[in-house]
Amino acid sequence: MSVLVVVECDGGEVKKSSLEVASYGSQVAQLLGTTATAVAVGEATEASLAALGEQGITKVLYDAEPRLKDFVNGAYTKLIAAAAQQEDAKVLVLANSNIGAAVGSRLSVRLQASLATNVVELPKVDGGAFTVKRGAFSGKALADVKLSGDRKIIAVKKNSIEALHEAGKTAQVESFSAQLTDADFADAPKQVVMQDQAGGVLLPEADKVVSGGRGMKGPENWNLIEDLAKALGAATACSKPVSDVDWRPHHEHVGQTGITVSPNLYIACGISGAIQHLAGVNSSKVIVVINKDPEAPFFKAADYGIVGDVFDVLPKLTQAVKELG
Amino acid sequence: MKFLVCISNVPDTTTKITFTPDNKEFNKAGVQFVINPWDEYALTRAIELKEAQGGGTVTVLNVGEADTEPNIRKALAIGADDAIRVNAAPTDAFFVAQQIASVAKEGGYDVILMGKESIDYNGFQVHGMVGEMLGIPTVAPAMKLDMSGTTATLEREIEGGKEIVEVNTPFVASCQQPMCEPRIPNMRGIMTARTKPLKVVQPTSDAARTEVAEYALPPKKQGVKLIPAESAGELIKLLRNEAKVI
Ligand SMILES: Cc1cc2nc3c(=O)[nH]c(=O)nc-3n(C[C@H](O)[C@H](O)[C@H](O)COP(=O)(O)OP(=O)(O)OC[C@H]3O[C@@H](n4cnc5c(N)ncnc54)[C@H](O)[C@@H]3O)c2cc1C
Repeated sequence: MSVLVVVECDGGEVKKSSLEVASYGSQVAQLLGTTATAVAVGEATEASLAALGEQGITKVLYDAEPRLKDFVNGAYTKLIAAAAQQEDAKVLVLANSNIGAAVGSRLSVRLQASLATNVVELPKVDGGAFTVKRGAFSGKALADVKLSGDRKIIAVKKNSIEALHEAGKTAQVESFSAQLTDADFADAPKQVVMQDQAGGVLLPEADKVVSGGRGMKGPENWNLIEDLAKALGAATACSKPVSDVDWRPHHEHVGQTGITVSPNLYIACGISGAIQHLAGVNSSKVIVVINKDPEAPFFKAADYGIVGDVFDVLPKLTQAVKELG
Repeated sequence: MKFLVCISNVPDTTTKITFTPDNKEFNKAGVQFVINPWDEYALTRAIELKEAQGGGTVTVLNVGEADTEPNIRKALAIGADDAIRVNAAPTDAFFVAQQIASVAKEGGYDVILMGKESIDYNGFQVHGMVGEMLGIPTVAPAMKLDMSGTTATLEREIEGGKEIVEVNTPFVASCQQPMCEPRIPNMRGIMTARTKPLKVVQPTSDAARTEVAEYALPPKKQGVKLIPAESAGELIKLLRNEAKVI
């Protein structure tokens, strides 16, 4: 018996969210008195995989098949299922990402496992009961969910678990093959198009986010948002009406019907704080609101606020960040 | 071509969430229910594709008790041809997926669409479970869907970009913006919806794999600390020294 974690890699490196997943998995293994093995997908280097020892992983399985570099639902599912069989995994941990959701849901049927997504805390294991806490109602509530059966799959929400760093520990990297055939790659992408990342920070992985709403008045003013984001090393985001009128691309739209983010810092500029917007951001650790209307509902959900004009305040903030050095 | 669109019945997005006194269930009292916003993309796109093909059918499917029928009628008013309701409370994603898979198998649907996730449970699970149960591909989450004959071209969102994927029918896709502009019912649609067929069937299995032990509201914020606009730079110092996030 073991715990198996799925780590997603990109450009040779393990994604930040997967370091959290690995740390989650190794702590679950400890709770259950076993060890945690990882299966890596995407483009990885041996050194970056060995370094998963720092997150408490003892062994990493890696299939160097070149077609696995991009996400392929069929092939990834088969690969991870084979690793789960080989390792006799009772708990499988993955990221609550688009990849994690796509393969986790298929695996739950194939491996006859119970599945919890959007999980925000380590499980409580008490005798036979296995309970996890997950986000529900689009960030407006939390639910304790009991998982039944002897196999469980847990998809961990980004930025909700602190990654472990035990310097110097390394994991053993083993090559692994799931005997994939052409049929497993039938749904391989014809083409992969990556966005042009202005500041180089991906919104779903970001731990700081600067977001703009209708109060920014027009796309020509977004340099104010981008300058602050760049100075902070943050990703940029926006409210729904902003992407609806194409001031910003759709993948920046956060909220109930956009993406959910939970960074350490969320700075909202000229956003009123409608309930649907809050749903996507209210699990951020620290929320800063800049709005010229002191009655804007967002202030009720904020930790810090400035009642003022974004056109005046944003340059001052950018300047102050640069002065921090 | 036969489209099956799965819709769920969820509290309106402005709903203040509260629970029953034992915290085991969502408190429905006084709450307005709507078609899950993500499912509206699936429904509208299915209708658009049917219209473009000049034939075929769009069937809506809901797993729910009789109180979901107003929203099923709304989906019919938007343009679906007929509806099926599996008469059961949707206990968990696995339970719902089994009902969808069994309806899909029996009806021989070519394209099975649903929203990315439901805004109440936020599972983002049903699409993959249904695909796996039926042994057909799933594309999730899909931002674009075009059909040419029995081949579909989809744009699938990945972190930081998108993949262009081609699959043949039958397949499952979970839909999100900007796939289409969701339609709202017009007067004629509302009139004709009344007489469109709505079939009620019983669940084929009652197996669930998860159970909510307790709901809770997220911890409340301490209250906002306001910094005067004139000394905006002070905020940055607080973020570093007090909140320790930069
Ligand atoms: C089903 C449904 C789903 C939805 N999903 C989402 C979602 O996922 N995400 C989302 O964001 N919204 C969503 N919405 C929309 C939501 O209800 C709000 O309309 C939206 O969030 C408002 O965007 P906003 O704050 O940018 O604009 P507004 O509400 O117009 O607010 C603009 C704010 O900017 C301030 N302002 C103006 N000028 C300045 C200035 N110079 N300096 C400082 N402040 C200024 C104003 O005081 C105001 O508070 C949804 C709505 C529905 C019905």
